[in-house]
Amino acid sequence: MICMRRFTASGPCWRTWLADDVNQRLISLSFLGRNVHGWDPFLAAMRSNTLGTPRKIVNYPAPRIASFKDGAMLSRTRLQLVVLAAAALGLSACQGGVLDPLGPVGADDATILIDATVIMLAIIVPTILLAFWMAWRYRASNTKAEYLPNWSYSGRIEAVVWSIPILTIMFIGGVIWIGSYKLDPFKPLPSSKPALEVQVVSLDWKWLFIYPREGIATVNQLVVPAGTPVHFSITSASVFNVFFVPRLGSMIYAMPGMVSQLNLKADRPAVMFGQSSHFSGDGFSDMQFQVRSVPDAEYVAWIQSAKSGGKVLDRAAYTQLARQSQNVKPYTYASADPNLFDAVAMQHVPPGPGPEPENPSHAGREVSTGGHD
Amino acid sequence: MFGKLDWSAIPISQPIPLITSIVIILVMLGVLGVVTVKGWWPYLWREWITTVDHKRIGIMYGLLGVVMLVRGFADAIMMRTQQAAAIGEAQGYLPPEHYNQIFSAHGTIMIFFAAMPLVIGFMNFLVPLQLGVRDVAFPTLNSVSFWLTASGALLVNASLFLGEFARTGWLPYPPLSEATYSPGVGVDYYLWAIQISGIGTLMTGINFVTTVLKMRCPGMSYLRMPMFTWTAFASSLIIVAVFPILTATLAMLTLDRYVGWHYFTNTAGGNPMMFMNLIWAWGHPEVYILVLPAFGIFSEIFSTFSGKPLFGYRSMVAATLFICIVAMMTWLHHFFTMGAGAAVNTAFGISTSVIAVGTGVKIYNWIFTMYGGRVRLTVPMLWSLGFVFTFVIGGMTGVLLAVPPADFLVHNSMFLVAHFHNVIVGGVVFALFAGLEFWFPKAFGFRLHEGWGKAAFWCAFFGFWVTFTPLYIVGLMGMTRRLQHVVVSAWAPWLYISVVGIVILILGAIAQVIQLLVSIRDREKLRDLTGDPWDGRSLEWATPSPPPFFNFAVMPNVEGEEPYWGIKLRAVETQQLSPEPAYEPIEMPVNSPVGFYTAFFASVFGFAMIWYIWWLAILALVAAYAGFAWFAWRDVHEFEVPVEEVARVDRARRAAREVFLTQLSSQEVLP
Repeated sequence: MICMRRFTASGPCWRTWLADDVNQRLISLSFLGRNVHGWDPFLAAMRSNTLGTPRKIVNYPAPRIASFKDGAMLSRTRLQLVVLAAAALGLSACQGGVLDPLGPVGADDATILIDATVIMLAIIVPTILLAFWMAWRYRASNTKAEYLPNWSYSGRIEAVVWSIPILTIMFIGGVIWIGSYKLDPFKPLPSSKPALEVQVVSLDWKWLFIYPREGIATVNQLVVPAGTPVHFSITSASVFNVFFVPRLGSMIYAMPGMVSQLNLKADRPAVMFGQSSHFSGDGFSDMQFQVRSVPDAEYVAWIQSAKSGGKVLDRAAYTQLARQSQNVKPYTYASADPNLFDAVAMQHVPPGPGPEPENPSHAGREVSTGGHD
Repeated sequence: MFGKLDWSAIPISQPIPLITSIVIILVMLGVLGVVTVKGWWPYLWREWITTVDHKRIGIMYGLLGVVMLVRGFADAIMMRTQQAAAIGEAQGYLPPEHYNQIFSAHGTIMIFFAAMPLVIGFMNFLVPLQLGVRDVAFPTLNSVSFWLTASGALLVNASLFLGEFARTGWLPYPPLSEATYSPGVGVDYYLWAIQISGIGTLMTGINFVTTVLKMRCPGMSYLRMPMFTWTAFASSLIIVAVFPILTATLAMLTLDRYVGWHYFTNTAGGNPMMFMNLIWAWGHPEVYILVLPAFGIFSEIFSTFSGKPLFGYRSMVAATLFICIVAMMTWLHHFFTMGAGAAVNTAFGISTSVIAVGTGVKIYNWIFTMYGGRVRLTVPMLWSLGFVFTFVIGGMTGVLLAVPPADFLVHNSMFLVAHFHNVIVGGVVFALFAGLEFWFPKAFGFRLHEGWGKAAFWCAFFGFWVTFTPLYIVGLMGMTRRLQHVVVSAWAPWLYISVVGIVILILGAIAQVIQLLVSIRDREKLRDLTGDPWDGRSLEWATPSPPPFFNFAVMPNVEGEEPYWGIKLRAVETQQLSPEPAYEPIEMPVNSPVGFYTAFFASVFGFAMIWYIWWLAILALVAAYAGFAWFAWRDVHEFEVPVEEVARVDRARRAAREVFLTQLSSQEVLP
């Protein structure tokens, strides 16, 4: 299989593996079909528990699609083509999402996801095949299979049957333990460069990003320098949201009155999307924001151009921003109050208001504080 | 006078709920009209509405569940088609205010008013029969439970016509569900519907725990109970343990909304994170309440249709109780991303994975039940094999989600949506259809048509996979759940494929309906004359189909596991039935209108609270209490079935069994 190098991630080219694995399973299916002289592994192991009658050797018919006989070559090729087409379609789904990571956190998360999947598949695929084989083999119309009407216990099988899940889960438990500590969102990323600080406030229904050191802010737009770790401090003005940039990795809740922390890094320049992953109301579907990781020089230039704009993010502007609005196009504030984030997080400014009654002229209206808050 | 209720509550400007409501009202009026004209009210009142017979109550739960399943499915069709129609600049046909109600209603209805009633319906019908007793421990309480559940369903449906439903998802997370951000009546409809039906469910749990612990026929020790009864018992234990959490948590949210308190608000000391913990401390065990009886159904089907006892019965009991206990220790996996820290996430990730041990053991034990069997690939068996395939994959994705770093990528995404549908549809829904095919003859006296049953299965199986595999994929592509419109056009092809899957599922639903109609039309051909159409192994197959209202003329004496199998074998060996027993009069509980009456006033109370009609709420509460007081002081609890009646019914059963015995002996069905 050609390794699809379009997605030059830092990890192994597991996508070729995926296609190869499908192929491999086809081959092993055919092995199952051409059963080795009808040897029944379970019966051999349980011989002492049977009622004594020896089993006849059954010539289990080979599945036609995987046989190498001349007449069946065409159907085998056709099946392989279909499988490859499906795999290609499936592989094309791998771009742009969590399996296409752009940074170390996302890459580690994705590696754990894929490794855990492989481990689990190694257990469940044989299990499912065993179930189907068992039902087929012992179907009522198959009079050659032995009928053991009173057989319902075997200590050996019980031991195996408890052990397989226990061992698998012990292994997964190890992955969980190590992975949870290594990829704790609060944990800073090792890097030679100092982390960029970005403060994030989720509002109804847009995202506010404050760059406290640079003194600017943006709405629905996040620009970060590639190769520099970013430390996000995240809160919410009103209801729960989740800050999530799929290609950068881990997500975390944005909660009013709390500050969550997230450490992410983009390895290379790219354009990505971010979103909220926790339903927050009528404007939720438009809470996507554009994420750009850019080279250092371009980042500095962007900061400069942001500072040359006109808007100011002070408390009054924030209060206006906190009112409910949907489908907000990205824009920038030339200067931002450095204490605003703390004020929001500690609720020194009131939380965002709820829905306001229908009114043709929203602009200039008093902000309604809604119900009981 | 009418609180918040005025004419603007009727959704004149929204065609879909308006037309749906009108159609539903017309259908209801039509049904009521037909019943009145045909004079069926006395029969319905006497035999169904006031019944305390567990079998009839189970059937009514089933009817309620099926009707609400149809409504929930309609919501699902709208959700899938809306997302496929609203890609890029397109906005689809459902504005956010409406779409958000639909997905909230879909989840609420499916869990609380479709899956729970159906599972509890099976528990109701089967547990006393399998235990060899005549009814549950508290028959009238059973009736109250059912009618309270129906009351909750009624309130949810009323929201279509008057007002709106919650727009917060099936679990109303604060602060979004607080009065500030959801000032309408939607969340209130949800709260009162769930509170009322939740009380019904808690009563069911108490009822079944008591029944299993205290009411079993002579000789039926715990380790001789059938597997379905064990799982019903474990499920009832969980109900008793966790439904109070739901009641308390929703009560706190109700106080926040109605009285202005601050349990979960985002100011004045409220803590929305507390709601997340409490609601999921109920919510995760809830899904095990649903899935454990499903496992029990499969245990019965695998052993019956393999012609062998269940492999590793004691292991299965141990696994069931293991799952029962560990299920209550895993809830935090629903919010790994809330930032509890590595230690807490690790603990709950491991406890979540550990449940897979119990489930894995069950799967292997079912496989080895088939080993050495004579597997009949009937419709229930097809559902069971479809379940093994589907549920095992769904369980795998669950263990993936239990790994916090992996969950950090796919929490709340379509991957999650695909996972839980994978296990709920593959586990619970497949079990319900398998159980329907399996026990329908017992309940109604005739089998279901096999061909249409197979068609329904295959459509459901392929329909499920075609609908949900694309959702796994878009979840990995980054798509989150509950989107009213989709901005990323790369996700479009997968959403279209998903719609194709929904069409296949619709065909499956149609096939299921056709199966029922054809079976009713051909019921004489499909008649179950013996009471044991599948060569069953547990006590419910010892009764005629349908069983007499007192279940057993004489309570069976159980001597081993699989009591009915032993009875059957002995009959075949000795070529005769056991001797005719000495009949005695039987005491049975009287019917009671208190369930219907209480639920009626509970519905009025809920409706009044939703619309702030305080005088009506107080009146309804007083009336409901008056009903309880009247019931508590009633003198007559039971009536006696005369011995002649008992003898007549049982002799008819024995005559049918004589014929059955000759059939069995001549065909040498048994070894």
